[in-house]
Amino acid sequence: MTRVNRLTALAAASLVVGAGLAGCSSDDKKDAKAGGPIAVTATDKECKVAKTELASGTHTFAIQNSGSKVTEFYVYATGDRVIGEVENIAPGLKRELIVELAAGSYEAACKPGMIGSGVRSTLKVTGENKPLTDDAALAAATASYQKYVQSQTGALITKTGEFVDAVKAGDAEKAKALFPIARTYWERIEPVAEIFGDLDPAIDGREDALEPGQEFTGFHKLEKDLWDTKDISKSGPVADKLLADVKLIVAKANSEVLSPVQLANGAKELLDEVATGKITGEEDRYSHTDLWDFAANLEGSKAAIAALRPVLEKKDAALVKTLDEQFAAAEAALNKHRDGDGWKFHDKLSKDDLKTLSDAINALAEPISKVAAVVVKK
Amino acid sequence: MTRRRTVLGAASLGIAGVAIGAVAGDMASDSPSVAAASTSDPVAFHGEHQAGIVTPAQDRLHFASFDVITKKRSDLVDLMKDWTNAARRMTAGRDAGQYGATGGPGEAPPDDTGEALGLPPAGLTLTIGFGGTLFRTADGVDRFGLADRRPAALADIPRLPGDALEAAISGGDICVQACSYDPQVAVHAIRNLARIGFGKVTIRWSQLGFGRTSSTSTTQATPRNLMGFKDGTRNLKAEDGKVLAEQLWVQPGDGAAWMTGGSYVVTRRIRMHIETWDRTSLDEQEQIIGRHKGNGAPLGKRAEFDEPDLAAKDMAEDAHVRLAHPDSHGGAQLLRRGYNFVDGSDGLGRLNAGLFFIAYQRDAHKQFVPVQRLLAQKDTLNEYIKHTSSGLFACPPGVRDDKDYWGSALFA
Repeated sequence: MTRVNRLTALAAASLVVGAGLAGCSSDDKKDAKAGGPIAVTATDKECKVAKTELASGTHTFAIQNSGSKVTEFYVYATGDRVIGEVENIAPGLKRELIVELAAGSYEAACKPGMIGSGVRSTLKVTGENKPLTDDAALAAATASYQKYVQSQTGALITKTGEFVDAVKAGDAEKAKALFPIARTYWERIEPVAEIFGDLDPAIDGREDALEPGQEFTGFHKLEKDLWDTKDISKSGPVADKLLADVKLIVAKANSEVLSPVQLANGAKELLDEVATGKITGEEDRYSHTDLWDFAANLEGSKAAIAALRPVLEKKDAALVKTLDEQFAAAEAALNKHRDGDGWKFHDKLSKDDLKTLSDAINALAEPISKVAAVVVKK
Repeated sequence: MTRRRTVLGAASLGIAGVAIGAVAGDMASDSPSVAAASTSDPVAFHGEHQAGIVTPAQDRLHFASFDVITKKRSDLVDLMKDWTNAARRMTAGRDAGQYGATGGPGEAPPDDTGEALGLPPAGLTLTIGFGGTLFRTADGVDRFGLADRRPAALADIPRLPGDALEAAISGGDICVQACSYDPQVAVHAIRNLARIGFGKVTIRWSQLGFGRTSSTSTTQATPRNLMGFKDGTRNLKAEDGKVLAEQLWVQPGDGAAWMTGGSYVVTRRIRMHIETWDRTSLDEQEQIIGRHKGNGAPLGKRAEFDEPDLAAKDMAEDAHVRLAHPDSHGGAQLLRRGYNFVDGSDGLGRLNAGLFFIAYQRDAHKQFVPVQRLLAQKDTLNEYIKHTSSGLFACPPGVRDDKDYWGSALFA
C-alpha cells in the first residue's frame, strides 16, 4: 500500500463502459459444441493439452494436476493477454476453465510451482471474427482485465487463509513461506484494491505510514511479528482481521469494472510501486521478500497492458513494440535474481543489482505512462 | 509549441520577443562565444564550437555523467538526435518537448517537467562530451563499433599522487554540462535530458555547482573559490584569439578527425577541508596560493592582472601560482570553468564543500596531466584538498544547424 487513491474520481465513468460490455461479448458468442471438455494433464514438467486445434467459440478445459506442486493454468492471446486462468490447483485436484475463443493463435500454459512463464503449447482457433468497433474493443479490454482480477482474488483469499491459519497455529516457518505467496496475488491487483480507501491501509499499511490513532494491522504487522519481534503468540486477532478485510475487499473488487484509463494508469502505478517501495526494500523491511512483490507488480502491470493490447495495436503499434521490448528487458533483469521457486532476498542484492533493476523499471515506466493518452485517442 | 515565457507579465513579454528574435538570428552564425546581452537572454546553440566552453561562465552548474545501457547503436544515435532537439529548444527558453509542460493531452504526462515555466532562457548552455568507455568498456568490449574512432587524446588519465578517486562518481560514457544564470534552468535541462534517456542511458553521477570560480571572458570579474581567493585570474579567455587555436580547440591533424573543432574536458571533484584552511593564518594562506587574498595580485605585485614574478623572493618555491604557471609547463594553459559546491554536510560536523574543477583543452595529456602531476607532487595546498572524482570527455565540435546533431561526425 502506499497512497491515497486517485482513481475513485473515475469510477463513475467506468460503470458506463461496464454496461456496454455485456452486449458486446454476447455478440461474438458462438456455441462451438466441441464435444465436451478438453483434457489438460499437468505435471511438474509437462502440460499436455488433449486438443490444440479448435473452432472459434466457447470451450471448457479440464485441468488435472498430476504433479507434486500447486499449479495454475492459463490461456493467453498474443502478448500474454490473459483470456482465462485458474489459479491454485493443488496436487491431485481437477479444475475447469471455460473460455470464449475468437479465431487466432493462443497459448495454453501450466505453471507448476505457480511461478515463471510456465510450460506452454500453442492453440489454433479457426472460424470467423467480426472486427470490433473502438468502443467494443475498449469494453472487451476492461472485461478481460476484470476476469484477471477475479482469478487473482480467488487465489488471494485461499492463500491468505492458509497464511492466517499458519500464524494462528503458531507455525512461524510455514507462515514465513506463505507470506510472500499470499502477497503475490495482492500485489498483482493492487490498483484495484487502492480504490477502496480505508481497506488498503488496513490490509497493507506500513507502520511508518500510520496516522495517530490508526492501528497497525494487516500483512506488515504479521510480517513484523514473524521476522522482527519473532513472537506470533498474540497475532491471532490481527490474522483474523486480515482475512476478514481481504474477503471484504475481494467482494468489492470482483464487482468493480475499471475504465480503460484506469487500467492504463493502474499499469503505470504498479511500476511506481516497484520504483518507490520494492527497489528500496521499504515494502517488506522485516522479511526482505520485496522481489516477490516486485515480480507480482510487474505481472499485474503486464496483465493490464495485455488487456488493452488489441486497442493499443490499432492506435499505436510502435508503442506496443516498445512495451514488449521493455517488459522483456525488465523480466530478464529480474530473473537474474531467481532462487528456486522464489526470489533472492532484497538484502542480498548489491547496489549495482538494484541500479540495474531501477534502470529497467524507468525504461519500462516511461513508455507505459503514455498508454492512457493513446487509449483515449479517437 | 509552448514558450515558457508566455506566462510572464506584459513588461517582460517585450524582452522575450527580442530574445527569441536574437536566437533565430544567431542560429545562422557561428558565434557561440557571443555573450548573452543579459543574464536572462539565450546563448546560441548552433555554431562551429559547442557553447558552454568560451561562453562567459554562467553562475550555476548542473553537470551529469551518464552510462549507456542500451546495446543498440541505433538507440544511441536516436538518443543523440532526441537530445539535440530538446537541447535546441531548452537553450532557446522553450519547453523540452513539442507539447510542453501544459499544452498536451490531459491523459498523458507532460513532455516537459514544468519547473522552468515562467523562467527565461537564463543563458543556458548544454555541452556534451564522450568518455573513453563509450568507445571501449573497461572490460575491453566495443559495444557500438566505435573502438577504432577513439582519439589517442582520450586515453585514461593516469593515476596521480594523492588521488582519492571514487569510481562511482568518476568517469562515465557521456557527460552533459548544463550552465545557466538560474540554477532551476540548469537542473530542468539535465532532468529532462535524463528523462528522455530512460532505457538508453542512466545517470551515473551528477554534480551541482552554485557559484562559478572562473571567468572565461575579459568582460567578467574574477570570482572567488571557497578558500576565499580569486580563482582563474590567468585563465584562457574567449578573447585570446590565436591562443585558443593553440591551447583549446582540436585542430585538423591532431588525431581523430571527428574531433576537429572540439575540445577535451577534464572534471575533478575537489573536496576542500575548509575548516582547517580557515584556521590557517592569512600570511600562510597567501604564501600557499602565491597571491594576495584581497585583490588577487601576485605576491610582490600590486594589481590582480600583473604578471607573477616567479623569480621574486616573495614567491615561495611551492606556491600554487608558480606550480600551475604556464612557464612551469612549456606554456601549457587550460580553460578553467569550475564551480563551488556544497553537497550538504559530512556527518562529522563539517560542510561537504569544495571545487568542481572543469578544464577544457586541446589535449589533456599534454596540458592537464603534467600540470596536475606537478601540483600533486609539490603543492602545499594538497593538505587542504582531496580529489574525489575524475572524468575525461571528448567534446565534439558544435552543432551546425537544425539538421545536425550532437556527435554526428562520430556516428557518421
